[in-house]
Amino acid sequence: MITIVDYGMGNLRSVQKAFELYCPKVKVSSSASDMLSADKVILPGVGAFGKAMEELNNRGLVEPIKACVKQGKPFLGICMGIQLLFPDSEEAKGVKGLGIFKGSVKRFSDNVGLKIPHMGWNRIKRASGREPVSVLKDVPDGSYMYFVHSYYVEPEDKSIVACETEYGRTFASGISKDNVYAFQFHPEKSQSAGLKIVKNFAEL
Amino acid sequence: MHCEVKRGVGNMLTKRIIPCLDVKDGRVVKGVKFLDLKDAGDPVEVAQAYDREEADEIVFLDITASYEKRQTMLDVVKRTAETVFMPLTVGGGISSLGDIRDLLNAGSDKVSINTAAVKEPELVSRASERFGSQCIVVAIDAKRRAGSKNPEWEVYINGGRTPTGIDAVEWGEKVEALGAGEILLTSMDMDGTKDGYDIELTRIFSESLNIPIIASGGAGNLEHLREVLTDGKADAALAASIFHFKEHSVREAKEYLKKKGVKVRI
Repeated sequence: MITIVDYGMGNLRSVQKAFELYCPKVKVSSSASDMLSADKVILPGVGAFGKAMEELNNRGLVEPIKACVKQGKPFLGICMGIQLLFPDSEEAKGVKGLGIFKGSVKRFSDNVGLKIPHMGWNRIKRASGREPVSVLKDVPDGSYMYFVHSYYVEPEDKSIVACETEYGRTFASGISKDNVYAFQFHPEKSQSAGLKIVKNFAEL
Repeated sequence: MHCEVKRGVGNMLTKRIIPCLDVKDGRVVKGVKFLDLKDAGDPVEVAQAYDREEADEIVFLDITASYEKRQTMLDVVKRTAETVFMPLTVGGGISSLGDIRDLLNAGSDKVSINTAAVKEPELVSRASERFGSQCIVVAIDAKRRAGSKNPEWEVYINGGRTPTGIDAVEWGEKVEALGAGEILLTSMDMDGTKDGYDIELTRIFSESLNIPIIASGGAGNLEHLREVLTDGKADAALAASIFHFKEHSVREAKEYLKKKGVKVRI
């Protein structure tokens, strides 16, 4: 069973429908036990960092998420779900994130003549010098994915960067370490290229 | 833009091509100048066809939502989101946080607010705080003011029927400050003419605002798309009839744009 963590941050229906293409049992739930008993856990979400952490805290989901990561089960963060894995964000100073990875979440600079949010289809390129990342199997290098965000993650440990994207700067659009995978873009909204990632994760 | 080039890091974000379906009673129609309607199919099937063609997003505009029950549209959105894995925006008749929540829960990725934003600007700020700026599109119907010395446009509401006296560019700047994540900008002068987008309007918006601009109204051929994405500096071009009536496919449009040096996903 795949459990999609529901903490009131956005529509999870399309995430669920995408994973149901490849996995018979996908549950959207805000219960800790559904997360702890799942084979795989997905942390999706759109919106603001501060609000997202508030909702996770209110539902008592912070410790269960950390426990799932520690258990070693495949864990996937999408969009806000990648940012929450870090200790804090420029979007909500003073709010503590999940802190699963070291690093920070930064806002795109207003001064380079680029629109914010970074919205639309952009390429992902595999980070150089990395072993092939399992969930990116069969995803051609340079594939277009659908992004919509104003903040990006900057991991301290560059070796966890799975893929990068250029938008005024090069930023980590995907990270992975052991059982944890996370993407800034929306695989479930990225047509056939994104659905390959969905399939790969479902089949891990 | 110059400093990026110096740093050697570019912008690989592509310009988006967005078919728009006007939907009434769960069926696709295309209004010409907002009034003359033609029936053109089931929205879910049309969305699937555009998904296959790799349109970059799709927009459903519920043109009768202000008057009729919304349940039909929610059902269309649900059925679409079950089979189409691309970004979907829904607009038309949205007037409350509850309307927005229902559409997002049904599977819409973004909602487009028009009249209600003018009547109650706080709706934009409350919606973007609650659901995130990324899903709050403000639609602006702009009409050129006759006789003014400098180019000026006025905001119209209620499907283009009611002038507001509000300057369109100032309104755009205001909704950006209120938290809108994107503008869907329709030129009422050009809409339905097939004579091309209002390039000047679009460029002024794109240069005045820091959020993405979707240009709408007037697309009659592929060169019009190129003009608005380059000279008009739009981030995305919305079109209806040139795609719906198979004058051109989305793929043809993208191939044309690519050949002309416009960055598109292909």
